[in-house]
Amino acid sequence: MTLKDTQPGMVVRIDSVGESELKQRLMTMGLLPGTRVEVLNSAPLGDPIAIRLRSYNLAMRRDDAAHIEVSQVKEA
Amino acid sequence: MATLSVALTGNPNTGKSTIFNELTGARQKIGNWPGVTVDKKVGLVEYNGRKISVIDLPGTYSINARSQEEQVVSDYFKQNKPDIVVNIIDAANIARNLFLTIQLMENGIPLILNLNMMDEAERHGIKIDVKKLEDAFGMPVTNTVGRSNKSVRKLLDVFTNAVMTNYKPSALITEHIDRVRNIEHSGLAASQIEEEIISARYDLIDKIMANAVTVNAAGKTLTEKLDSYLANGVSSLVIMVVAFYLMFQIAFNWIGQPLADELGGFFEETLAPAAAEAMESAGVADWMQSLVSDGIITGVGAVLSFVPLIFTLFICLSFLDGTGYMARVAFVMDPIMRRAGLSGKGIMPLIMGFGCGVPAIMGARALDTHKDRMISILVTPFLTCNAKVPIIALFAAMFFPDNIANVVFAMYFVGIVTAIVMAKVLSTTTFKEQQSTFLLELPPYRLPDIKTVLLEAWDKGKGYLIKAGTIIFAMSVLIWFLSSFNSDGMTDEMDQSYLAGIGSTTAAVFAPQGFDTWESGAAVVTGVLAKEAVVSTMGILYGADELSTEDEDIENSAQALLATTMGGAFTPLAAVAFMVFTQLYSPCVTALGTIKKETQSWKWMAFAFFYTCAVAWVASLVVYQGGKLLGFE
Repeated sequence: MTLKDTQPGMVVRIDSVGESELKQRLMTMGLLPGTRVEVLNSAPLGDPIAIRLRSYNLAMRRDDAAHIEVSQVKEA
Repeated sequence: MATLSVALTGNPNTGKSTIFNELTGARQKIGNWPGVTVDKKVGLVEYNGRKISVIDLPGTYSINARSQEEQVVSDYFKQNKPDIVVNIIDAANIARNLFLTIQLMENGIPLILNLNMMDEAERHGIKIDVKKLEDAFGMPVTNTVGRSNKSVRKLLDVFTNAVMTNYKPSALITEHIDRVRNIEHSGLAASQIEEEIISARYDLIDKIMANAVTVNAAGKTLTEKLDSYLANGVSSLVIMVVAFYLMFQIAFNWIGQPLADELGGFFEETLAPAAAEAMESAGVADWMQSLVSDGIITGVGAVLSFVPLIFTLFICLSFLDGTGYMARVAFVMDPIMRRAGLSGKGIMPLIMGFGCGVPAIMGARALDTHKDRMISILVTPFLTCNAKVPIIALFAAMFFPDNIANVVFAMYFVGIVTAIVMAKVLSTTTFKEQQSTFLLELPPYRLPDIKTVLLEAWDKGKGYLIKAGTIIFAMSVLIWFLSSFNSDGMTDEMDQSYLAGIGSTTAAVFAPQGFDTWESGAAVVTGVLAKEAVVSTMGILYGADELSTEDEDIENSAQALLATTMGGAFTPLAAVAFMVFTQLYSPCVTALGTIKKETQSWKWMAFAFFYTCAVAWVASLVVYQGGKLLGFE
C-alpha cells in the first residue's frame, strides 16, 4: 500500500520512496525508508493530507503520497 | 575593534526572525538579494562597545539550491566568511532541523547551535541534553526563549566571547564527512549520490538523537487538537470564512476605514482650504494654486487616506501568519487552487489582491515553483482591489439604485471567475510543462511576537506610502496638466483639453461596448495610472465637484452625477459593460512596475498589460452585445 491510501488515525512505516520530481525534497524533509508516519487529518475533500513524522507536521497531496510505499503499524 | 559579522541561518518556522528582530530592533535594513526576489535583512547592534552586524538569511530546509532561498544561502556561504554563524534550531523539531546543521558542517562552516523555544519542546516531552549535543558536534550549543530579552542578551554575550577557531568538529562529524566524500566519489548517478547523502545525514541525526535527545510522546499536542477543527473537513472551511470575514471587518469597518475617513477628512477639510488660503494671501499664481489644490492635495490625499486601512490589513495578515494559521489556510484551499492549476500556498497573495495588487504580486515570491509565481502574478490584477471598489460602488448607485449590493457582489464575482479561468488557461498553455506542487510544513500554533508582526506589516505596507509619494504625486500633476491645458495654453474648458483629445481617441475602441464617449475614454486612460483616478476623472470631466466615494455619501454623489450629462451618456447595459471593463483591464502603473520587478522581465510586464486589456475588452463586449441580444438596454 502507499501513503495515498491511508486514512487519518493510521500509523505506518515507510518502505520506500519512489521516483518522482519531489523525491529529493521529500527525503530532505525526512521521509525515508523506516520512518514512522502518523496520518493526522485531511482537507475538506480528503486531499491534501497532514502527517506527523520526526516530531513535526507536514502537509502533502495524495498524488505525491502515491510514490511512497508504506506498511501499516497501527489501524485507524 | 572591527565590526563583528554574525549570520543567522535555520529552517523556516524556527523563530529566527523574532530573534533577529529582538537583536536589532528597528535598526534593520531590508533590501533584495541581487538577481532574486528574496528579502535581505541586515541589522546593526552595539554591545559592550562592540559593533555587531547581523544578517538574517532566508529560512531553508537545506542548501541544495532547489529554490531561490536555498540559492541565496548557498551563495552567501560560498562568497562570505562571517565571524560567527548561528544555526537557529526549533528545539521541538530538532530531528529535522539538524539536517541543515549537518549540511552546513559538511561545507566546513563552524557553527553555534542555538536551541530556540526549549520550553515548548519540554511541553511536548522532548528533552535535550545540551552537553551531549555539544560533544556530538564539537560546536557550542546555546539556548533561547525566542521572545525574552534576557536570552537574546545571552546570545550577544556568546557572539562577543566566542572564538570559533577553538572548536573542531567531533570525530562523529569528521567520520560523516568522510562518508559523504566516499559517496560523492562512488561513480553513481548524480541523483543517486544526492539520495545516498540525504540518507547518510539522517543516519547521523538518528545517532545523535539516540544519544542526546529523549522523546516522550505526550499524546496529542494542542496543535493537533486544534487542527482537527481548523484544518480538517467542513469545519475548517467555515472557520476560515469567519476568520477572513472578521479580518475584513476590522480593516474596513472597525479600525482601518474609520481612521482612513479621519485622514481623508483632514486632507479635504483642513489641509486643502488652509493651503488655498496661504497661497491666496501670498499671491501665488492661479495655475500654481490650481496645481496644488486640485492636483497634488486631492490626488496624494486620496491615496494617503488609504494608508491606515492598508496597514490594518497587513497587521492582521502578519498576525495570522505568525500564529501558523496561514499554513492551514493554504492546506484547506489547496484542493480548490489545484483545480485552477495553482498550489494552495497561492491563496495568500490572492487574498491580498482584494486589498491591493502591489503587495499581492510581491507576495507571490513566497510560492515554490516558477509556474505558481507567474500565474499568481498574472491573475492578481483581475481581482477587485481597494481602488476599484469606488468605481463599482458609484456606477451601481447611479444605474442600479435598488440593487447596489448585488451589483457590487456580481463585480467581485466577475473578477474572481476571470482570475480562476485565466489561471486554468495559463497553466494548461503557457506553463504547461511545469508542475505545481504542494509540500508544506504545518508549524505548531504559537502566539506571535508583536514586534515581529509590526515590523513585517511596516515592511509590506511602506511600499504603499512610497507609491503615494512618488507615482501618485507625479500622476496627479500629469492629470491636472492634461485636463487644464491644450496647445493654446491653460484652459477652463475641459472638453478642449489634451485629456479630451486622448479620451476621444481611446473611446473609439469602445464603440461595440456602448461607452465610446471621450469622458469614459479619458477615465480609462487615467485609470491605468491609478484605478482611484477613474472615478475622480469622471467627476472632474462631468463637472460634479466634491465627489465622495465614502459609503454614506455615495448616493449623493450618484445623484449629483446623474444630474449631469453622464446620466445620458450610459445606458444601464453600457454601465455594466464599463464596470466589467474597468474591473479587468490593465494593472495600474504601480502594479505594472511591481510585475517588472518581480518577473525581472519587460516582456512579462508588457504581456500583463496587453492580455488583461484583451480579456477586459472581450468580456465587456460579450456583456454588452450579449445583453442586447437578450433584450436589455
